[in-house]
Amino acid sequence: MLSIGLGHYLTLAAIIFTIGVVGIFLNRKNVIVILMSIELILLAVNINLVAFSIFIDDLSGQIFTLFILTVAAAEAAIGLAIIVVYFRNSDTIRVEEIKNLKG
Amino acid sequence: MIAHSVFFYIFSLIAIVSAVMVTVSKNTVHSVFFLILDFISISCLFIMIGAEFLGMIMLIVYVGAVAVLFLFVVMMLNVAEQKGQWFSSRWDGGTHIPVGLLVSLIIFFELIIVIGGWKYKPDLLNSLSLSISTEVTNTKSIGNVLYTDYILLFQISGMILLVAMIGAIVLTYRERTGVKRQSYIKQISRERNEGVNLVDAEKNKGVKIDA
Repeated sequence: MLSIGLGHYLTLAAIIFTIGVVGIFLNRKNVIVILMSIELILLAVNINLVAFSIFIDDLSGQIFTLFILTVAAAEAAIGLAIIVVYFRNSDTIRVEEIKNLKG
Repeated sequence: MIAHSVFFYIFSLIAIVSAVMVTVSKNTVHSVFFLILDFISISCLFIMIGAEFLGMIMLIVYVGAVAVLFLFVVMMLNVAEQKGQWFSSRWDGGTHIPVGLLVSLIIFFELIIVIGGWKYKPDLLNSLSLSISTEVTNTKSIGNVLYTDYILLFQISGMILLVAMIGAIVLTYRERTGVKRQSYIKQISRERNEGVNLVDAEKNKGVKIDA
């Protein structure tokens, strides 16, 4: 319990990943919080990669994390741009009012 | 070692609590603030575990850029009146809550089972190409690899960022009417015979200008 191993970090990442998934499922408020939950999920993946990289003594996990960071930043920018455009068109970003595709 | 454990538990507790608060807090601005807290505590964990460069990059990129972008968008859009219950739903009967919780619990227990029942392959530590050396710093060793072995991926990620920037600009660009602005193409491509008109003025009659 006192010495921190790989399992501790993986458990932390699993908890944060699950919280992100819960946030996507349960959110009825607005789409921005869903984007934040996706950021949480990517963060959990980053924790996994860095923990493995340190404990297995291989640097490529950290390189991979760097690229995930890049893609996450790009995804946040595009997602927020889409949200801004949607808000401009329909004056709402509530999740329960976005139901155009439901028919 | 004990201090390391204590700090690990403190930071991970802060991270988990703030991740919960991101999803459940009613005000979206508070969610963004808790997201920032989450990123900061995770980057503290990264620095503790020995990945200093990634911890600092997380601080710069996530806290400095992404979270501030979220804050800008939250404040730009009018979400102040959307402070309703985060779990309420008016249209369907609200079946998404138990289903979502069930799926999330299943995912969580699967992950825990994988972590608990997982063993190292015995020759895992021997078959490495990129071992972390203790002589050079973390930043230097990442730089040694990133600009040599992974240069193609590095440039491709730069291209991804460029495409994302162009995409965001194209998506949010709005043509405004009624605004006077310079048109460089028009100004540069103007020629003499369009702009200058030589007229022989007769005496006492003047010149009639067709506007």
